[in-house]
Amino acid sequence: MSIFPEMVLFWVFAIGTIGAGAGVVFTRNPVASAMSLVATFFFLSGIYVLLWAHTIAALQVLVYAGAIMVLFLFVIMLLSLTDHGPVLSFTPSRIAGGAAVVALFAALTAVFRKLPVTEPTWAMDAAKLKNFGTIQHLGEVMYTQWLFPFEAVSLLLLVAILGAVVVAKPRI
Amino acid sequence: MIETVSTTHYLILAAALFCLGMLGVLIRRNALVVFMCIELMLNAANLTFLAFARERGDDIGHLSAFFIIAVAAAEASVGLAIVISVFRARGTVNIEEIQSMKH
Repeated sequence: MSIFPEMVLFWVFAIGTIGAGAGVVFTRNPVASAMSLVATFFFLSGIYVLLWAHTIAALQVLVYAGAIMVLFLFVIMLLSLTDHGPVLSFTPSRIAGGAAVVALFAALTAVFRKLPVTEPTWAMDAAKLKNFGTIQHLGEVMYTQWLFPFEAVSLLLLVAILGAVVVAKPRI
Repeated sequence: MIETVSTTHYLILAAALFCLGMLGVLIRRNALVVFMCIELMLNAANLTFLAFARERGDDIGHLSAFFIIAVAAAEASVGLAIVISVFRARGTVNIEEIQSMKH
């Protein structure tokens, strides 16, 4: 395996993603979990840039690390949660859960290793590469071919806003 | 030939992230942390979409990731509203103490 800059960046971001993700799962304090999740999103957006998905990387930072995490932090602070005992007490259900997760990871890894590796040879086509994943191209596709899903998602967001207000308000 | 990281690397990273999120859902008891772990799993799905989008040179996968982000935002807002409402009724967000619908 040769070492080239993209590989180095991939490993930096991948180790950061997994490390920060482990922080979400294994820290006791919910605020620390939320901060680890923000770090995970930033590392992941780096990974997305390596995948030539610059638009989605920007959205990841704006929507996830910005909006959704602020919502999480608001709720954590609002409920002023304290720690809930030790994280790692080994009850039978947790041991079973851990075993299931390890088995799933082993199975997924085995399957992914068997997938035929096709290099992105289409990227030799400079015009196609220039268009790939740009806001302009994504917007063109979204507002023509994918217009109905787009409108459906906007309706879903509207319903979610109303639902959140109705559920969280003590009296309407 | 362009030198790139293979799709398999990204897929295995996504699998690891998904399993980490699943582990959190299974072992954590704080409902808010469980929600955060669900976000991790959704991000793993996004990563898979983007990896295959690059391999195939088809950026429809980017749109799928965009829609997943929007649905995740909707899910987070409704879920957190439910958490607040449950906390108001029960005084706790520990999912092992909220079990009156279990039997």
